[in-house]
Amino acid sequence: MQTVLYDSSFEGFFTAVFEIYEYKIKDPDIQQQGAAPVSLFGGQHTVHTDIAKATRVIKKLEEKLSADAFANIYRVLLSEQPGMENVLFRYIQYALQATQSIETDYSHPDVLWIQQVVRKMGREKHRMEAFIRFLKTKDGLFYATVEPDFNVLPLIRKHFEDRYADQRWLIYDTRRKYGLYYDLHSVTEVTIDFAATLNDKASLRTLHDEQEDLYQSLWRTYFGSTNIQARRNMKLHIQHMPRRYWKYLTEKLPG
Amino acid sequence: MSERISEKLTILSDAAKYDVSCASSGSDRKNENKGLGNASNGICHAYTEDGRCVSLLKILLTNFCIYDCAYCISRKSNDIKRAAFTVQEVVDLTMNFYRRNYIEGLFLSSGIFKNADYTMERLVLVAKKLRTEHRFNGYIHLKTIPGASDELMQEAALYADRLSVNVEMPTRESLRLLAPDKNRNDMLKPMRYIDKALTQNQEEKKLFKKAPTLAPAGQSTQMVIGATPETDLQILYMSHFFYQKIHLKRVYYSGYVPVSNDNRLPAMGTPVPFIRENRLYQADWLMRFYHFRVDEIVSPQEPLLDAQIDPKLSWALRNLQLFPVDINTADYMLIMRIPGIGIQSARKICEARKFSRLGMHHLQKIGIAVNRAKYFITTSDAPVLKDYQPMQIKEFILNEGSSKYQPNFSPQLKLF
Repeated sequence: MQTVLYDSSFEGFFTAVFEIYEYKIKDPDIQQQGAAPVSLFGGQHTVHTDIAKATRVIKKLEEKLSADAFANIYRVLLSEQPGMENVLFRYIQYALQATQSIETDYSHPDVLWIQQVVRKMGREKHRMEAFIRFLKTKDGLFYATVEPDFNVLPLIRKHFEDRYADQRWLIYDTRRKYGLYYDLHSVTEVTIDFAATLNDKASLRTLHDEQEDLYQSLWRTYFGSTNIQARRNMKLHIQHMPRRYWKYLTEKLPG
Repeated sequence: MSERISEKLTILSDAAKYDVSCASSGSDRKNENKGLGNASNGICHAYTEDGRCVSLLKILLTNFCIYDCAYCISRKSNDIKRAAFTVQEVVDLTMNFYRRNYIEGLFLSSGIFKNADYTMERLVLVAKKLRTEHRFNGYIHLKTIPGASDELMQEAALYADRLSVNVEMPTRESLRLLAPDKNRNDMLKPMRYIDKALTQNQEEKKLFKKAPTLAPAGQSTQMVIGATPETDLQILYMSHFFYQKIHLKRVYYSGYVPVSNDNRLPAMGTPVPFIRENRLYQADWLMRFYHFRVDEIVSPQEPLLDAQIDPKLSWALRNLQLFPVDINTADYMLIMRIPGIGIQSARKICEARKFSRLGMHHLQKIGIAVNRAKYFITTSDAPVLKDYQPMQIKEFILNEGSSKYQPNFSPQLKLF
């Protein structure tokens, strides 16, 4: 077994795929640099991201896969699942050697695994689109902090850009320490460390729009009174709104 | 001022919550004018403690009402707090909730004050203001008030994504009993009018791309069940009529929550008929997505759905001669009808079997309910189960699973 190290970028992964073929690396174990302890046994190969090599792999895959299936590779790489690179590599091997499209061969364990991870990513993406709660600041910025299970910010970008076109907004991933900022024209990735500001709840509050508290409290009022007590079903409630998301949810936080 | 608005919101959302529709899907309104919002697939932004989705700000404009429908919390004779929003208040609430990503849009209904036109005019005004002054492209669902003029209906359709009239009671007789001031035809008339307008609009859209889209998410309605003695047969044939003849997108079934001591209705404290409501929705799904005919689900001989098992399983048990089905060769439409296999799994099975013959372990991985399906299928590896009688299969399946409704069927008396 030989460990193949890449820089965790999308292009880096495809460069790794290229070099495994190029150097005929047998039994590769693709890992992100710095993620796993260096293997004591077997060799090690470090990949230097090379756009030309990556592009060749991408081109080839675009011939072999549908646009959806190709996008799924991207989604899996954002999932941060241990071992995802190796599954993807086997999947790519399978796709390249097959004479017909294999992307719906759910009897193949790697195809099924990818489909399941993509589904998980989709679910998390959807939850972010549902559970993000913006707070309005005095200067009209709508901001939200999130801590998604997977790195889904790149996937929710378009949704928020399309929807909130007439307000400035910021969605910040506190776990991965970067965010998306929309300035009424376009969305950019921002990597400022907001952690200190965000933790200081008291001073954060002074930045809020004067009606922010009113609308938060009206939303809590609405959430409470739209509930039908005679139909109370906490199990279902929690199944749909798992506890780990409550920390974002205005309606689940005390006023 | 903020206390007053909060009180209004409490009263008018409390009164609106018995309308079960919260769908915000079926529209494809885009945010093309760089305004606020769009309406596409519908997102549930929260779930109340009763487990229902909160997608829209669902409120009444007012709960003052000139009618006295026995099943309705806002009926004239009920001694409750009354309130009314101004048009601007509803607009502000909607915009501010939407901007914070709390909601997908607005579901606006109202008690009827003065007369139908007066009420409808105000509902339309809210929608118009949102669309034109605030460039709001989120979802708007308006209730159409029976008896309102055709012009107002037309205008409502221009701004709203969905329109609905609740028929409330599955039959004319029940309506007459519980809502003597209301008339069944008054309810069907606006539905038919809108249906015609929407069909016409689709024709126009074919000719002129720029023609404005009327209510892209169509119409829906709601029936209260369990308040009156209708059978599931009557209810489902009614739904069938709505889907086929008026092209409704959805029919909602609302298990009656006792709100009155009226002796024409189930007493206060009577449990909400959850199971029946659930079974009706399952049957509704079978009609809309699984291509079941209504007479395959209920019949005059069996006018009630089986409460213990879902209507798809009961259909299969009545039609055992069609089974077992060979997973590797059967038609997609038949695979979809196998208990334990849903539409998604049926599609996956049909895709996957092109690559290799499928066995039980494949089906398990794909995520079908094998314990249920195994009585109805043959695969490449599993032995064909011996011929069981319908009752035996039902027993096996009931004993295997632990239905959330089990306590309801337990013959043992619960003492503690």
